[in-house]
Amino acid sequence: MSSDLTTADVERIAALAQLELTDAETRLFTKQLAEILAYARQVQALDTGGVPATAHVGPAAGLERPDEPRDSLSTNDALANAPDPAPKAGLFRVPRVIGG
Amino acid sequence: MATAPTAHAIAGEVAAGDRSAEATCREALARIEAAAALNAFITVDADRALARAIEIDRRRAAGVPLGPLAGVPLAVKDNICVRGMRTTAASKILDRFTPPYDATVITRLEAADAVVVGKTNCDEFGMGSSNENSAYGAVTNPWAPDRVPGGSSGGSAAAVAAGCVPLALGSETGGSIRQPAAFCGVVGVKPTYGRVSRYGLLAFASSLDQVGPVGRTVADAALGLQAMAGADPQDATAAAEPVPDLAAALTGSIEGLRIGVPRGMFAASVDDGVRAAFEAALGALRGLGATVVDVALPHARYAVPVYYLVATAEASSNLARYDGVKYGHRAALDATEGPDTMFSRTRDEGFGAEVKRRIMLGTYVLSTGYYDAFYLKAQQVRTLLRRDYDEAFATVDAVAMPTSPVPPFRLGERTGTPLQMYLADIFTVSANLAGLPAISVPCGFAEADGRRLPVGLQLTGRMFDEPTLLRIGDTYERATDWHAARPA
Repeated sequence: MSSDLTTADVERIAALAQLELTDAETRLFTKQLAEILAYARQVQALDTGGVPATAHVGPAAGLERPDEPRDSLSTNDALANAPDPAPKAGLFRVPRVIGG
Repeated sequence: MATAPTAHAIAGEVAAGDRSAEATCREALARIEAAAALNAFITVDADRALARAIEIDRRRAAGVPLGPLAGVPLAVKDNICVRGMRTTAASKILDRFTPPYDATVITRLEAADAVVVGKTNCDEFGMGSSNENSAYGAVTNPWAPDRVPGGSSGGSAAAVAAGCVPLALGSETGGSIRQPAAFCGVVGVKPTYGRVSRYGLLAFASSLDQVGPVGRTVADAALGLQAMAGADPQDATAAAEPVPDLAAALTGSIEGLRIGVPRGMFAASVDDGVRAAFEAALGALRGLGATVVDVALPHARYAVPVYYLVATAEASSNLARYDGVKYGHRAALDATEGPDTMFSRTRDEGFGAEVKRRIMLGTYVLSTGYYDAFYLKAQQVRTLLRRDYDEAFATVDAVAMPTSPVPPFRLGERTGTPLQMYLADIFTVSANLAGLPAISVPCGFAEADGRRLPVGLQLTGRMFDEPTLLRIGDTYERATDWHAARPA
């Protein structure tokens, strides 16, 4: 594991996170994230051999409810906030995915 | 401005017919208007609020019994959904989002006859400790216009401190109710993980997020929490644990309670004024019959790095839903651009710098080659931290710390160095990591630039033991006048 974060690392992460960064943002984030990670690295000095990772902090028992049909959002309500709704078809419209 | 009535007083008077919910609502709206310079609200919906208030008065006139929050004006952090009321999470990406449903906390508080007056400003998606990360501008501290109100629930805390409303909803992922409550001189409660439903809370980090009340008194915060707590079939993480009578817990006595202080955490980083106010508060608690002892939380010093590794990892996943398809902003595209460009440009245009930074950090620590060294390691240290608290609670009933190591800082003072901003969360984030309830109550002032800046006393308790925390806070409040001090 390299100790310094590079702009190439930041570009790779941005692609994974689906963020289109400007060059200025990439440079700034490289510096700031490197600083944060250098600080966060202190946890690596702790001996955690045999310590289970916390998965959740709530009571262990899972909550269940009867598996019965219930009311849900109407198609119109679900489409009301869409940037490009197709209400007659009951669909969200997006740019062409296949064969563009 | 005359001191505004408490939620208790309003509800009692409205129910008795001695006060009109409509007049109370108009007064709150006028106070919001008068305090517009704070920028505490993103949306105010006067018509909806007045219609509800008038309906409450009508029911009262018809002899219908009213709920425990009858006519109480309520401000709601803008990351909690209110059906038909614009909800932005202080993000450009949700600038025009109108929820088609109510959060469970809203359904319950409205069933208790609270009156939602509007949505409060906050850090974008709850990500920040100063309320400066809002697409709708920073909120200013009612005590000092050049200083931050804290964050992320800065608008809720400022609105209560300025007397706009007696009660507000905030949300916490890592101190976002308690720290602004401390900075604004009001009471903030972070309930136990699972005590309150998150259905309708816009998710930031799901193993940490909780909704909680902000009020001017502990009794008001307890009143709000009572109305919203409890199991919810819409949220599998809302615990089945019964909700005790919180008003009954406010006995006014803390005789015999044991309060632990993790002095090992207070190195040189605590401001002198904060330290003095905190020590005086411990003295007052002793005077009220509590036993104050030292406790060790050896892993609490790792709480900030653990928090920022875990919370950002979860955020990177939760915020993947903002893709420009189903709701929110979508970037303009030309005919040759496909879905990948839509996703990445939409997110670049819609998210602010801090949100991007956290998504990036979270994506990094979950990525191949770094997962074990950062994310998994952090979740293991989180287990050690939880064990520290388990051990402490074997001998004490609550753990006391200052809520923040510093008084409210100046606007812009920490925005350039995110790490400096994160370090101010040292005393709050461990309660979120361990799932424990915690409360911040006003405990005095630190002086800076000739101004009085509020300081908060924080108490952390056992899982689901809000009653003990509220009892300590209320007993302390009865013995002191700090909660009654108001900004000029």
